[in-house]
Amino acid sequence: MPEPSDLIVVGAGPAGMAAAVTALAGGLRVALVDSGTAVGGQFWRHPPEHARAAIPTEDLHHGLREYRALCDALSAGRAAGRLDLRLAHHVWSVVREDGGFAVHAVDRCRAPRETAVVLRAPRLLVATGAYDRQLPFPGWELPGVLTAGGLQALLKGGGVAAGSRVALGGTGPFLLPVAVALAARGAEVVAVCEAAHPRAWLRHPGPLLRNPGKWAEAAEYAAALARHRIRLRPRTAIVEAEGDDRVTAVRIASLTPDGTPRAGTEQRVEVDAVGVGWGFAPQLDLLVPLGCALTDSADGNAVVAVDDGQRTSVPGLYAAGETCGVGGAGLAVSEGRLAAGSVLADSGAAPGRGRRRRSAVRARADGQRAFARAMNTVHRLPAAWPAWLPDETLVCRCEEVDAGAVRAARADAGAHDHRQVKQLTRAGMGWCQGRMCGPAVHCLVARGGAYAPAERLVATPVTLGALADRDA
Amino acid sequence: MNEIIIDGEPLPFVEGQTVAAALVAAGRIAWRTTRVGRRPRGVFCGIGVCFDCLVTVDGSDGQRACLVPARPGMAVTTGEGDDA
Repeated sequence: MPEPSDLIVVGAGPAGMAAAVTALAGGLRVALVDSGTAVGGQFWRHPPEHARAAIPTEDLHHGLREYRALCDALSAGRAAGRLDLRLAHHVWSVVREDGGFAVHAVDRCRAPRETAVVLRAPRLLVATGAYDRQLPFPGWELPGVLTAGGLQALLKGGGVAAGSRVALGGTGPFLLPVAVALAARGAEVVAVCEAAHPRAWLRHPGPLLRNPGKWAEAAEYAAALARHRIRLRPRTAIVEAEGDDRVTAVRIASLTPDGTPRAGTEQRVEVDAVGVGWGFAPQLDLLVPLGCALTDSADGNAVVAVDDGQRTSVPGLYAAGETCGVGGAGLAVSEGRLAAGSVLADSGAAPGRGRRRRSAVRARADGQRAFARAMNTVHRLPAAWPAWLPDETLVCRCEEVDAGAVRAARADAGAHDHRQVKQLTRAGMGWCQGRMCGPAVHCLVARGGAYAPAERLVATPVTLGALADRDA
Repeated sequence: MNEIIIDGEPLPFVEGQTVAAALVAAGRIAWRTTRVGRRPRGVFCGIGVCFDCLVTVDGSDGQRACLVPARPGMAVTTGEGDDA
């Protein structure tokens, strides 16, 4: 049995890695838990360590210097016996206990075999990130249509391009690295449809001036897109995917400023794969049942409310990264450091690298957060989207509920949030428990307000066998 | 040679790939049908959130192909995987 930890960090992406490294530097014993087979999360997704030579993906990454530095510090923590790294561990529940938290997970190192694991510590830091937010459109359920993140995960984790002629659509800067990565693996990216207009960024000069690094990154993408002859189409959207048993073409339309497709602008483009993403939905499954206060973010998501030290409203519970509002890897790293700094301060440990360094991280995080707010404002969901969705369009992929049924639940039964729609139509009741359709159903029926996910007591499927042998 | 067995047929994979990555690399983008509409599905989110890519692995049903690392000789069966 490993020695008890002072802190459990759930999520080994940029926020969780940075938090674990800072806590280790401050002398704490840390357990770092992630469902993946390597640290890095989605942003720094890599094949497992032993397969790095077989699947080269280094060229698809950004910020690898920071990633390597964090990896080295984690390795040193393991070697010193102070880091308990749990990869391929799926956390399905976290409960408060006297004096701390119990994290219930299943070890899936030998998947599909599962072994139950319970980790306990007085303090818990949740850095579970986010996943692609989807707005349904006709044909989005056809094989070959993936989330933009799904395309990227196949590329970064498996070295696989899901198609040879790919169209991307949605909104947000994330479409750009996906386009470049696909092109780097030989796919032809025939369209990148961005619903917003980049000109909207000019209304936010402050955050742009405070984040010169983002300018450099944008210039890098612009150069790479030009090199691969990829055309970014502003204020356009993929409004339909065509095909029988798989996607064969998309229809692309120009959008008015409120997001309505302009009549007569539609173009048909033949493709064999599509990637779509409308920003991200924070992964709050572990935080909501713990009773964390939430707050609204500019992108329409409810996010975890934290103080300026990343403390949630629950004593001993900290959050960092996209769960506190979608803002990218740089901000996640800063927030991870701040959160761990608070853990050190609150547990009476030596404050690590001192107050001056901490205020520098705070200042950087503030600048990055301001940029994230601007990004979330520029790349909002199109206001007109619910209106242009035909009734026959599938909204809930799992239970196969269409937009007409969701609208009827609102019109006939007065449903005005996704929980009520779930009871009336089964949308959100299937395998994914509304993770995919939740934000869309919210857009279709809610009278304003941010999307807050339903409370899910079990965050990931767990077998009865694994529950029966748990050592708690 | 690294191979998994998909519905009785060998399918090569590169060490480190998931079952879903191996299938997509082989050009297979759909491998189950839905319960209600009998529609084809494959990988959608790629990170374990959506459950579109369900398969049966070594007799365990309801497995997300995008999360299961491929191992030599692993027996994968496709089809419904949705309500099995």
